[in-house]
Amino acid sequence: MSVVVSTENLSKAYKAGFWKTKTISALDRLNLEVRENEIFGYLGPNGAGKSTTLKLLMSLIHPSSGKAEILGKPVADLSIRRHIGYLPENPYFYEYLSAEEFLSYYASLFDFSLAEIRTKVEYFLKLTDISHARKLQLHKFSKGMLQRVGIAQALINDPKIVFLDEPMSGLDPIGRREVRDLILLLKKEGKTVFFSTHILNDVEVLCDKVAVLNRGKLIGSGHLTDLISQEVSHIEIVVSNINFETVSQAVGSSAKISHSGMTLRLELRADTPLAPLVTRIENAAGKVLAINPVRQTMEDYFFKLINRDAIPEGKPSIVSTNNS
Amino acid sequence: MIVIPIAKNTFKECVRDKLLYNLVIFGVLIIASSLVLSSITIGEVKQIIVNLGLSTLSVFGTLIAIFIGIQLVFKEIDKKTIYSLLAKPVARHEFILGKYFGLTLTLLVNILVMLLGIYISIFYLRHSFQLADLQILLAAMLILIELMLVIAIALFFSTFSTPVFSALFAFCLYVIGHFSSDIRQYGLSSDSFAIKILSGCLYYLLPNFQNFEIISQTAHGQFLATRLYLLSVLYGLVYSAGLVLLAILVFQRRNFK
Repeated sequence: MSVVVSTENLSKAYKAGFWKTKTISALDRLNLEVRENEIFGYLGPNGAGKSTTLKLLMSLIHPSSGKAEILGKPVADLSIRRHIGYLPENPYFYEYLSAEEFLSYYASLFDFSLAEIRTKVEYFLKLTDISHARKLQLHKFSKGMLQRVGIAQALINDPKIVFLDEPMSGLDPIGRREVRDLILLLKKEGKTVFFSTHILNDVEVLCDKVAVLNRGKLIGSGHLTDLISQEVSHIEIVVSNINFETVSQAVGSSAKISHSGMTLRLELRADTPLAPLVTRIENAAGKVLAINPVRQTMEDYFFKLINRDAIPEGKPSIVSTNNS
Repeated sequence: MIVIPIAKNTFKECVRDKLLYNLVIFGVLIIASSLVLSSITIGEVKQIIVNLGLSTLSVFGTLIAIFIGIQLVFKEIDKKTIYSLLAKPVARHEFILGKYFGLTLTLLVNILVMLLGIYISIFYLRHSFQLADLQILLAAMLILIELMLVIAIALFFSTFSTPVFSALFAFCLYVIGHFSSDIRQYGLSSDSFAIKILSGCLYYLLPNFQNFEIISQTAHGQFLATRLYLLSVLYGLVYSAGLVLLAILVFQRRNFK
């Protein structure tokens, strides 16, 4: 599959301070490749540079150095915008427009006829479930509804690549599930989805490939299956009806035991023989509620990377400072 | 032409702005009050209506041009609506042009509404129209050119400054622009060479709003010479185009953090 989004040493630095003498690096020599029909998860804590990358790709900010291409053309090339959709983080739209007017306005920025605009607006109002509020001005919309309008405007031109900046933010569990289903639907339709998030569970459920960013630097990337171990890292047993002392006597020192509400949670090595252990617990009148083999999660991978990359406290991410 | 939908949306934005409603309603009321004024004043009735009507049109038009103009770009950045808009196939210069023509269209409609008020007032008092009444239309169109220049000034400042400073700069330029000839005369009568040069530079660089002062002549039924009228129109359009171009150049370089 061909590369549809690529960056080469893409950097963005801002001048800061009253005299603009300090240089703050927002993104540092980013190299990325996203292939056609992939769901690409762009991960990182707040302030990592995820939105900066997306703004660079949308040509909303100009790079300090390096280059970025979409569909083989520089991002500043206007023609590529016909094939992309973008949902900004915490989207704000024209409050004085109704949802219908807003989508019509954005559709009119493409070469669609009036009839096509009407059809598209109708379709996306239905797809994002805001048909009932079509005449309502956007300032009366809830955050979740605005996010839906935002998704609708990003898809209005039937884009080949969809960039979503924190698409789940502000959504309730139902809304998040709907956005997840929508992203999977987009993949099914052959589109490429590039989305930034810090919700790790979404990444695990959705992504083919991920990249992790921290303090403006790429600290890890690859296919999800390569990054997350498929082997069981440890076993978790949940027991009840037994107190801490009894269970520690029953399992010995091989398990880490912790309280979890009315139950106890035992963490054991993956190769621990389970049958004799379960017998001992049951003999002590305990009740085994669950036995879970635990694999490495995206969360484990993410924290491993972030902790490895941790900069000593108090050290700011300033790459160069002129004397002032 | 991407400029058209952006201009249409800007027009919609202005029309739904409460500030515009307040100003237009107030303006129409003042024009209507000229009927009362003319009935209690000794003198030419039409003169009073035209003077008051065109002055209202100019003053309120300027207020709209400055106070809505300074927010044209700033609001889009401040409310972050520009993020999703510029991710569409919209070039930055098309965005600026769309905003400019959107507000110009708003002011054109505003002028036409007030102009209608003036003509209704004249007809109400005189029960007839004369060919000379066309002067009012010509004067109103010159006022529109003046307002296009004011919008261009406000738009230019709004590409890099906050609304408060933009309003201040635009208002200062507007006021100074009405005293261009005086600045030049002061310079010419000065003994200092430096002041002569400075006043000359200011005269040629700053917008000369005296070119658009036509209200008094129109009220007195005097036609402005065609050549002078056309030169004033050309001056306004060229100066506005220059400012819009500058606004585009500034806007092209901006980062939307």
